[in-house]
Amino acid sequence: MDYFLMLISAIFVNNILLAQYLGNCPFLGCSKEKGVAFGMGAAVIFVAVMATAFTWIMQKWVLEPYGLGYLQTLVFILVIAALVQFVEMFLKKMVPPLYKALGIFLPLITTNCAVLGIAILVQRKEFGLGMSLYYSFVASLGFTLALMLMAGIRERLVIARLPKSLQGTSIGLVMAGLMSLTFFAFKGMIE
Amino acid sequence: MILQSLLVMLGLGLACSAVLAVASKLLAVEEDPRVEAVLEALPGANCGGCGFAGCESYAAAAVNDPNVPADRCCAGGAGTAAKVAALTGKAAGSAEPMVAFRRCAKTEGNVKKLYDYQGVPSCAAAKQLGSPDACGYSCIGLGDCMRACPFDAMYMAHGMVHVIREKCTACGNCVRTCPNHIMEIVPQAARVMVLCSSQDKGKAVTDVCDAGCISCMKCVKECPAKCIKLEGGVIRIDHAACIAYGPECQEVCAEKCPRSILRRLGATAEAHAHAHVEPQAEKEAVA
Repeated sequence: MDYFLMLISAIFVNNILLAQYLGNCPFLGCSKEKGVAFGMGAAVIFVAVMATAFTWIMQKWVLEPYGLGYLQTLVFILVIAALVQFVEMFLKKMVPPLYKALGIFLPLITTNCAVLGIAILVQRKEFGLGMSLYYSFVASLGFTLALMLMAGIRERLVIARLPKSLQGTSIGLVMAGLMSLTFFAFKGMIE
Repeated sequence: MILQSLLVMLGLGLACSAVLAVASKLLAVEEDPRVEAVLEALPGANCGGCGFAGCESYAAAAVNDPNVPADRCCAGGAGTAAKVAALTGKAAGSAEPMVAFRRCAKTEGNVKKLYDYQGVPSCAAAKQLGSPDACGYSCIGLGDCMRACPFDAMYMAHGMVHVIREKCTACGNCVRTCPNHIMEIVPQAARVMVLCSSQDKGKAVTDVCDAGCISCMKCVKECPAKCIKLEGGVIRIDHAACIAYGPECQEVCAEKCPRSILRRLGATAEAHAHAHVEPQAEKEAVA
């Protein structure tokens, strides 16, 4: 598939959050402020690309040659969790500024469903390594976009007059549903 | 097959844990344990009253920077200051207990309304259209400061904000939030205070409000300690000098104020205490 089409597809048509419903916990939990949402999005991009690289190698070098495909989910979870832990320690020691920016989000997305979802999706679609990395990057870019949009709306919602029963997470869920519906307008444009 | 999967997962788990174990030794970052201890001693409200981004950055600064005093935490007060001082080896200092004070007496003043504001319930939003009151230095009464208060020390009643002195830690979030700048941090022991923030001249004040300060300078002239000044159109009181002078003057400034807007704080404090009876109910009504 063309790289540009893949970009449009991953960000708008098959948005990982709004069309595939992966990673909804940070979508609701980290979307109260735009700054936090951006940090979370950046952390997801960072982790998703690294996790995809590792799990791709794991799949091609370990799982497939020994016919262990049925252990994919378990192995991926284990590998991603260990990787994120390692990266957190590495950043803390070697790149403190980056750790300051992303550090608090890293433990939050240890095997987050979006990250695991991307790693498994690239295997299902049988991409090569380069394509897998590109897909994981644009898919998490789509995640960041959705998160930022949601945060922008929720910053406005804070000062809206809402019935008590709708305040907070409830209106967040309603918003998430409406945003998902809006993104369905893109459905079917690209496979 | 079960055995095989078990072995694979076991091996993988062992490999991962081995890598992490080695990494945690190799990549361990030396952290000053005192930072953690200081953080523990702080109230953890992250109110920003100390001037740092949050409790954590203040803890780090207090430990690492010799110029950062131990008594900056206004939320914790003297007790916390003593603990932080003990942990960081600095002088405890004696931070004067402060409190937030509303410099407006709108309800007594019949402040003229410019328009009826019906937009988003936020003072900042209302201020964008120009203050709804004819006086640009009045309490708009939509509760931005109340929402900014991390200690639940403010409540709205009769269209104005009220400070619960016992809960207020003088972190200054309300001072920074109020678009009309009517909140001020004053010592808890302050004897007198002007309940008006207007920078306007006397005529402009009397046109819109029956209570406001008309900058007649009577208090400035009467004060035997010379601790009252008119700065930028507003009466400023040097509370330290005022308290140091003592009760000898019998608060002649409050006595002589023709508008009775410069007041003894004992009296206002009592009035505040009376108003406490139903703050919860009124808060609900506003929310």
